[in-house]
Amino acid sequence: MTPFLFTVVVFVVSLGAGLMGSLLGLGGGLILVPVLTLLLGVDIRYAVGASIVSVIATSSGAAAAYVRERLTNLRVAMFLELATTAGALTGASLAGLISGRWLYVVFGVVMGYSALAMLSKLRGGQCVAGALPPDALADRLGLHGSYWDEETGREVPYRVTRPLTGLGLMYAAGTVSGLLGIGSGALKVPAMDLAMGLPLKVSTATSNFMIGVTAAASAGVYFARGDIDPFIAGPVCAGVVLGALTGSRFLTKVKSSWLRGLFVVVLLGVAFQMLRKGVSP
Amino acid sequence: MSVEPFVSHSPDTSDALARDAGPEVLISNLLRAGVVVSLTLVTFGMSLTFFHHRDYFSSAQALQRLTAPERGPHALAEVLADAMNARGQAFVMVGLLVLMATPVLRVALSLLTFGRQRDRAFVTVTSVVLTLLLLSFLLGGVE
Repeated sequence: MTPFLFTVVVFVVSLGAGLMGSLLGLGGGLILVPVLTLLLGVDIRYAVGASIVSVIATSSGAAAAYVRERLTNLRVAMFLELATTAGALTGASLAGLISGRWLYVVFGVVMGYSALAMLSKLRGGQCVAGALPPDALADRLGLHGSYWDEETGREVPYRVTRPLTGLGLMYAAGTVSGLLGIGSGALKVPAMDLAMGLPLKVSTATSNFMIGVTAAASAGVYFARGDIDPFIAGPVCAGVVLGALTGSRFLTKVKSSWLRGLFVVVLLGVAFQMLRKGVSP
Repeated sequence: MSVEPFVSHSPDTSDALARDAGPEVLISNLLRAGVVVSLTLVTFGMSLTFFHHRDYFSSAQALQRLTAPERGPHALAEVLADAMNARGQAFVMVGLLVLMATPVLRVALSLLTFGRQRDRAFVTVTSVVLTLLLLSFLLGGVE
């Protein structure tokens, strides 16, 4: 393979990762790292550095549209970023201390659980907005919102609950981000969707918005280590940005149930991959 | 403190823009600008690289050299020195740095808008986030 062909392949894969990442609220790092290391023979350090770039590119590229469409809950995002940045710092400092195998196992278990929880919700149909317990802190911080759903053609108001549970889950998600060099949107979306009661599309858009800041919190460390390589991260950046900009045009038009189904499939796939990595010698 | 920054939402974006150039539009513009500047620099840098190195279109050995560990301009000083010599990879690196700085600038912009709304709780929240981000870049520099 020539350097030119390599660049083209990485660009095309990144285009797909950005497209999928923007629709699911993920950073695309979980698609890119295996492709770069297993298929293209890139050093793992550079693959993780490229993954960080991919996360920031997906986030900024897609969030530009979601924020403008008011799908993103800016207040929930900023509140939860307290925990994700603190977590990312913890994770980046812990990276050298914890055995990678345990990390993969924990990650795989958490993701498998999230997938099953999402699946049961998918089969149970739409959740009832009125069933959520009221929360004084969420009221005081003004976290509630509403969004325009193009699929049904009406404004959907929603209430937010359990902000402190969300904060705790986001700290864990941030720690995983810092450790693995990913955005861990796969952990953030269920935290908002299942624990805090945000609609799935709002969770996806808000997760997309947040992963950029989470990744930026560890990007400094990775950059200083020299893990961000321009030859590899360059085509990743270009591909992911274009993919994310394209994908973000479709989120409001896509059916929620279809989105959730796709999300469950991706979660199960990644969970399996992680567990295999943790268990195999 | 306002719970909902808008009364009703119209799918017509231009209408929404005319009504309220609020924090959403500012943040969206910042993110888009960061992404577009980064994309431009990265694309220009990559084109320049392939223009300078014609063997990259034909040689398979070149790729092994490029993806092997321990190469490239990485440190900031090297990047700037190489950029002066119009090396393509340095432009790519500057583009990547612009990309990495975009979320940090976004948090700084949020701090300004919450300050303008006199929302003390969120000014505090955003200040802590910004401090943590800057701290991470400092920690990265020390390592």
